[in-house]
Amino acid sequence: MESVAIRAEGITKWFGQGDARMCAVRDVTFEAHFREMLYIVGPSGSGKTTLLSIISGILRPDEGTVRVENTDVWALKESALADFRLNRIGFVFQDFHLFPNLTTVENVAIPLILKRRDWGDAIREAAKVLDVVGLQARADLSPARLSGGEQQRVAIARALASSPDVMIFDEPTASLDGDTGKKIVEFVKNEVLSERRCIVVVTHDNRIYDFADRILHMEDGQLLGGTGGADA
Amino acid sequence: MTNTGAKLWVMDRAVTNVASAFPMPDYVLDAVRSIDGVLFAVPLYSGVALVRLTDGTYQPVSVLGLDDTSLLGRPELIEGNIADIYSENGFVVVKDEEYSKLQSPSMGTEFELNDNRGVIVGIAKVPASGLFGIPTLYTTFSRATQYIPSMRYTMSFILVEPRDASSIPHIQEEVRHLGYDVITEQGLIDRIANWYMRHTGMGTNLLMMTAISFIVGLSISGQTFYTFVLENLDKFGALKAIGAKGHELVGMIFFQAGITGLAGYGLGIGLCTVLIAVARLWMPDYASIVTFGNLGLALGMVLIISGFSGYIAVRKVLRIDPYDIFRG
Repeated sequence: MESVAIRAEGITKWFGQGDARMCAVRDVTFEAHFREMLYIVGPSGSGKTTLLSIISGILRPDEGTVRVENTDVWALKESALADFRLNRIGFVFQDFHLFPNLTTVENVAIPLILKRRDWGDAIREAAKVLDVVGLQARADLSPARLSGGEQQRVAIARALASSPDVMIFDEPTASLDGDTGKKIVEFVKNEVLSERRCIVVVTHDNRIYDFADRILHMEDGQLLGGTGGADA
Repeated sequence: MTNTGAKLWVMDRAVTNVASAFPMPDYVLDAVRSIDGVLFAVPLYSGVALVRLTDGTYQPVSVLGLDDTSLLGRPELIEGNIADIYSENGFVVVKDEEYSKLQSPSMGTEFELNDNRGVIVGIAKVPASGLFGIPTLYTTFSRATQYIPSMRYTMSFILVEPRDASSIPHIQEEVRHLGYDVITEQGLIDRIANWYMRHTGMGTNLLMMTAISFIVGLSISGQTFYTFVLENLDKFGALKAIGAKGHELVGMIFFQAGITGLAGYGLGIGLCTVLIAVARLWMPDYASIVTFGNLGLALGMVLIISGFSGYIAVRKVLRIDPYDIFRG
C-alpha cells in the first residue's frame, strides 16, 4: 500500500501585481506520509498558511502539482475539488468556525449533511464521533457554552466526521492556553492519527513541537529543511 | 350605494361620483316607471347642507332624501322607528365615525339645518361609511328638497327595481334612449372608485404609499439580510472550505431569504388583520378589508424583496475565497 499521503512538487504561488507582486511560496517540494504528524513551522509571513491552503485544495498554485494519494488535486474541476475537500480532507480552523445557532452534534454533522446523508443518520453518526473526542455528554449544547478546549474538540470531531485521509490543523493551539493546547495535540496524536491518516499542522507554538513526527521549516516562502520532532 | 341597496341607478350622464349628482326633471321618473320590466322606480335626493351646532359653529352634513311613499333605501335603525321620519322636521342620523361631529345627538335632539329646525327621530347604522368625512342624515325626499336650496330639478338619482335580472339590458337600453345613464349598484361603485382613483390624489397617494412601502421594505430587508450574510461570511467560507458547492450555498441563502420573507409576510398580514379588527372595535363600519388580491400582491412583493435580498447576498458569498478563512 502507498505510504505517501501527500506529494507536493515545485509549488510556487505569487500574490499581487506589478511592483507589489511577491512570491508567497517558492518551489516547495515535500512528502507527507500516512500515520505521520507533519508540522510546518516558521515565522509569520513565511508562507506556511499559503502552502497549507494549496495542499488542501483551497488555493490554486501558479506552478507545481499536489497529489493526495493517487489524486492530482489541481487537475480536478471546481465541483470535483469541492467533493475532494469534503471526502478526503478534514479542516480544523484556527478560530474553529463553529456555528453558534447549531448544537454541538449538529455542528459535527455538517460534513455528513453536505454528503447528502439523511438527517437522522448524520446526527447518529456525529454523536459517535463526538464520543471519540469525549464530548457526547455535550452533544445538545450550543458551542458558545463550551470551553475553548471543548470547542477545539468539536472542530476536530467535525473534521473527523467525514473520515478524511488528511487532516489539516491551522494553528491548533493559538486560541487555547498552554496546558489545554498540549492536551489537545496529545489527543490528536494518540486518538486521531491512524494507519490511513496523515495530519499536517501549521504552527509556530514551539511548546507542541515534541508531538511532531517531522517538522518542515519555512522562511520567505521556501522550505529550509526538515527535522524530526524531538530535534526541533 | 351599498347602504341603499338599489339594483339599478338612473342618473345624468355627467355624474361621476355621488358628490356631483346633476338633478333630473320629474318626467324622467315617469318615463322610467313606464319601461317594460321595471317593477318600481323611486327618486333619491343626495345633497350637502350645513348644520348649526349648539356652540354656534357649522358642520357640513350629507343629506339623503328617501322617497316619501316607500322610503326605499332606508337604513337599519338602532334607535327609533322609521315611521317617525314623517313627523315634523324628522331626521335620522347615521351613527358612524363622523357621528361625533354633530356632537353625538340622541333621540329628540334638535338642530338647525339651513335655518330650518330639525329633530333626531332615529339613529341608524350602515354597512359602509361615506366618502367625505362628514355626518349623514336621512329624511324624506320632499323635506330634503324643501330644506336644502337646489336647482330647478331636484331628483339626484332614480332607484330602480327590475322585475328580474333578464329585464336589466332592456331597461338600460330604454333609459339610454332617454338620454340618461343607468348602471347597476356594482357598476356605480366601480365608477365612483375609478373616478376617485383617476381624478383625485387618492390613486396617486395609494400608488406612492405602495411604491414607498415596497422600496423601504426592499432596502431594509435587503440591507438586513446583507448585513446578516456579512456577519456570517466566515461561516459560509468555512462551509466552502469543508466542501460545500456553490449551488448548495446559493440554495441555503435563498432558503433563508424565502423563509424570512414568508415569516415576515405572515406577521405582516396578521398584524394588518389585528389592526383592522381593533379599528372595528372603535369604528364598527370601518370599511377596510384584506382581499385575496391584496394577499397575492403582497406575496408577490415579498417574494421579489426576498429574491433581491438573496441575490445581493449570493453575490457576496460566491466571491468568498476560503483561503481568507485560513488567513483569518
